[in-house]
Amino acid sequence: MHNKSVAELSRELESGSVSSVELTTHFLQRIHELDGHFNSFITVSDESALAAAAEADARRRRGEATPWTGIPLAHKDIFCTRGTRTTAASRMLADFVPPYDATVVANFNKAGAVCLGKTNMDEFAMGSSSESSYFGAVTNPWGEKRVPGGSSGGSAAAVAARLTPAATATDTGGSIRQPAALCGITGLKSTYGRISRHGVIAFASSLDQGGTMALTAEDNAMMLNVMASHDRQDSTSTDRAVPDYTATLNEPLKGLRIGLPREYFAQQLNADMEQRVREAIAEYEKLGATVQEVSLPHASLAIAAYYIIAPAEASTNLSRFDGVRYGYRCEEPKDLMDLYQRTRAEGFGDEVKRRIMIGTYALSAGYFDAYYLKAQKVRRLIQQDFIDAFKQVDVLMSPVSPTPAFIQGEKTQDPVTMYLEDIFTVAVNLAGIPAMSVPAGFVDGLPVGLQILGDYFSEARLLNVAHQLQQATDWHLHQPE
Amino acid sequence: MQWDVVIGLEIHVQLATQTKIFSGSSTAYGAAPNTQASAVDLAMPGTLPVLNEQAVRYAVMFGLAIDAEINRRSVFDRKNYFYPDLPKGYQTTQLDHPVVGAGHLDVDLADGTSKRVRIHHAHLEEDAGKSLHEDFHGMTGIDLNRAGTPLIEVVTEPDMNSAEEAVGFARKLHSLVTSLGICDGDMSQGSLRFDVNISLKPKGSTVLGTRTETKNLNSFRFMEQAIAHEVERQMDLLEDGGRIVQETRLYNGDTGESRSMRSKEEANDYRYFPCPDLLPVVLSEEFIEDARQRLPELPDARKARFVEQYGLNDYDASQLSTDARLASYFEEVVRRGKDAKLSANWVQGELSARLNADEKSIQESPVSGSQLGDLIVRVADNTLSSAGARKVFDALWSGTHQDVDTIIADQGLKQVSDTGALEQMVDEVLANLPDQVTQYRAETDANKRKRLLGGFMGPLMKASKGQGNPKLFTEILRSKLEG
Repeated sequence: MHNKSVAELSRELESGSVSSVELTTHFLQRIHELDGHFNSFITVSDESALAAAAEADARRRRGEATPWTGIPLAHKDIFCTRGTRTTAASRMLADFVPPYDATVVANFNKAGAVCLGKTNMDEFAMGSSSESSYFGAVTNPWGEKRVPGGSSGGSAAAVAARLTPAATATDTGGSIRQPAALCGITGLKSTYGRISRHGVIAFASSLDQGGTMALTAEDNAMMLNVMASHDRQDSTSTDRAVPDYTATLNEPLKGLRIGLPREYFAQQLNADMEQRVREAIAEYEKLGATVQEVSLPHASLAIAAYYIIAPAEASTNLSRFDGVRYGYRCEEPKDLMDLYQRTRAEGFGDEVKRRIMIGTYALSAGYFDAYYLKAQKVRRLIQQDFIDAFKQVDVLMSPVSPTPAFIQGEKTQDPVTMYLEDIFTVAVNLAGIPAMSVPAGFVDGLPVGLQILGDYFSEARLLNVAHQLQQATDWHLHQPE
Repeated sequence: MQWDVVIGLEIHVQLATQTKIFSGSSTAYGAAPNTQASAVDLAMPGTLPVLNEQAVRYAVMFGLAIDAEINRRSVFDRKNYFYPDLPKGYQTTQLDHPVVGAGHLDVDLADGTSKRVRIHHAHLEEDAGKSLHEDFHGMTGIDLNRAGTPLIEVVTEPDMNSAEEAVGFARKLHSLVTSLGICDGDMSQGSLRFDVNISLKPKGSTVLGTRTETKNLNSFRFMEQAIAHEVERQMDLLEDGGRIVQETRLYNGDTGESRSMRSKEEANDYRYFPCPDLLPVVLSEEFIEDARQRLPELPDARKARFVEQYGLNDYDASQLSTDARLASYFEEVVRRGKDAKLSANWVQGELSARLNADEKSIQESPVSGSQLGDLIVRVADNTLSSAGARKVFDALWSGTHQDVDTIIADQGLKQVSDTGALEQMVDEVLANLPDQVTQYRAETDANKRKRLLGGFMGPLMKASKGQGNPKLFTEILRSKLEG
């Protein structure tokens, strides 16, 4: 049952061959049996999940079901869930119970989906290995002691381990695509503004974007159908109409123009990884696509710009965690300054503190022009690179990460090495375009991802392109031991 | 040494929107602490600001009223600092791209001249909450009801050179924003708060001196006192060979003293940058035109109309037109009372004196405009003597009676204007006072005769039980004594 896709489970619920209570019970059992190995969940919501499942079954009997009614899924613990603690994997919010749902959560609730629990992640989504969580590191189901990637490592590991058929995630610099790639599942980061950020605990507001994780592209499309919406509570949310993303999955790819950014195949790329990516691209040629090299001239500047802009925004987004109104507060503060200093020193982990300091520095008087302003100019250039590229091709393809899943602890002592994990992913966030990670084979038994990048609001096209690969190959169906 | 005083103002104007600038919480004043603070106002994780369109409209109306450039594109920035009543750890404000650009306001001065004060810009921002340091046993209480209340901060050029000019500007601004209906003008509740930048320079010098900023003055009186105090402090310092330190000061209106709050060196690095949660505000021509259509009559136009329509002199017109509510009260009086000059006298005289004595605002007046208008009618048609009119006014003020004619009837205040009856009374009084009659007739000095004539009024009023028309009595007396 747990190897089935959301689409298959949805059909089975519709046919009556299985109930939501049965499905939910099954996945909850798997979580309790197996998640000790992976630590992919921070909170498991047995009680509310079973209640929601019973309600979903009743709704289906009333004939009011949507394709999601009764389907279990998990939310990254960065999406606020009313009445269920939402921690962002931080000590700062270890006991925080929001009185509201994120719009994404509300959308799934409305559709009748069943929330199994909240998945583990890097603290405040800052990281590429899901090791910085206050609730402990997440382990990749594909390899003992291997990281699942990050920051949405809990969601990716849970889907890969078949503990949930689908999981929500967020992507600020690669936090959906890189863990999806390292865990061998399919993930999509949507165009900035396509999915509401209301109720998503902010890391870097101009880069944060919700997205989907599941085994198949079709399931990602089903998720996006629910997640994409115009939300008046988020000023940066778009009011563009939401198409049915499943409707165009089977469009033929004949004549699809694929661009390979020269800069993404140059340095730092593991040769075996490159081989897998090129094999996947060869599959597309068999499907009638044409491939050409393109250039993203400012690609090499993306990491530097990203690691100014994201920490700058983070440094002020995280100012609200001050011990005054909610969240962690230090014991017996002597005075106001002591309250601030100890609350934040004790409540935040090292990586979060590092980024707050970098961001504070970058915004300081005298440094603003040289860092933040310059980075914003670079961001414009990177945007323009993509706009120019999409005049020549329909989609871009590249690797997702320079290497497959690495060993836990290998990069935690060297933040810059860790930051370079994002070398192929951050430009997408700076530009605000959508992108996917799709399974493309294995290197030494570890999954490799193919990154597919599209023009603004081309999610339907990306899902179509990914789905066609999954019709032709079975890399997405492999599962870990 | 002679000094020039240079004053610039920064004024926080609370906008009278129903809800906050970035959330749906009510802005009503006086609710129990933290009952008007939503998840957004508390800066709960994941919450986002959504701009209140009405706040933008009010800011644009203000801009149009001061003849300012309206910026088609403005940007909200984050001003970062930690304070317990600042929930997000930053204030959302506008730094480099404010909604309202340069404009000006003309201030009427006591000598009848007018002074133009340039306004550098006005920007939209959110207010902070309140820290309550008393009643918490050494701890601080936080009330976030005010957090997120929309403000415009109006920044002037340093164009004022005296407390009179600065206070004149402040009053004019108060008059403008209340006339526009974009601010309730209630200074005791902090609806307008003034920061005063003051510097001194040797008379005639073109180089500005070092300035200090005195913050958060919330009455015209305190503002005037604070300016006088600070000018004197700086002058003493400079004349003793000292230097002014650029700093922020707080003035205590109760003690008349000021103290340094922080120096320039201690000032925060606010790390301003554009708020990524809010899109730039792009105003369409339609939006601006719509705001223009909503502009009510402004004080200067109203003053001109009062002169034109009611025949008031410049002074009366200015006094009555400045405060929008007073102006509307006055017009209600005239609508009923017809006689504009008499109405103006009553509003500025008896009514103002009583409001001042009871520390009431015009909205709190127990006597309505229409009641006062009815009273004016009875004064104008001679039904009431001025003494009688005051009695009617007292009755209205105390609220014992509502209707002017009922009061006149109940208290027998109707003035006797029947000439026959009055003549009879005059004849009787003169017959009883033969010596005074002789004295009057013998007197040649006009002033003394006037005084002697007055001597008959007391007995006459007594004889008429206070209801005789004094004007008629005087006329009849003159004709009898001199005829």
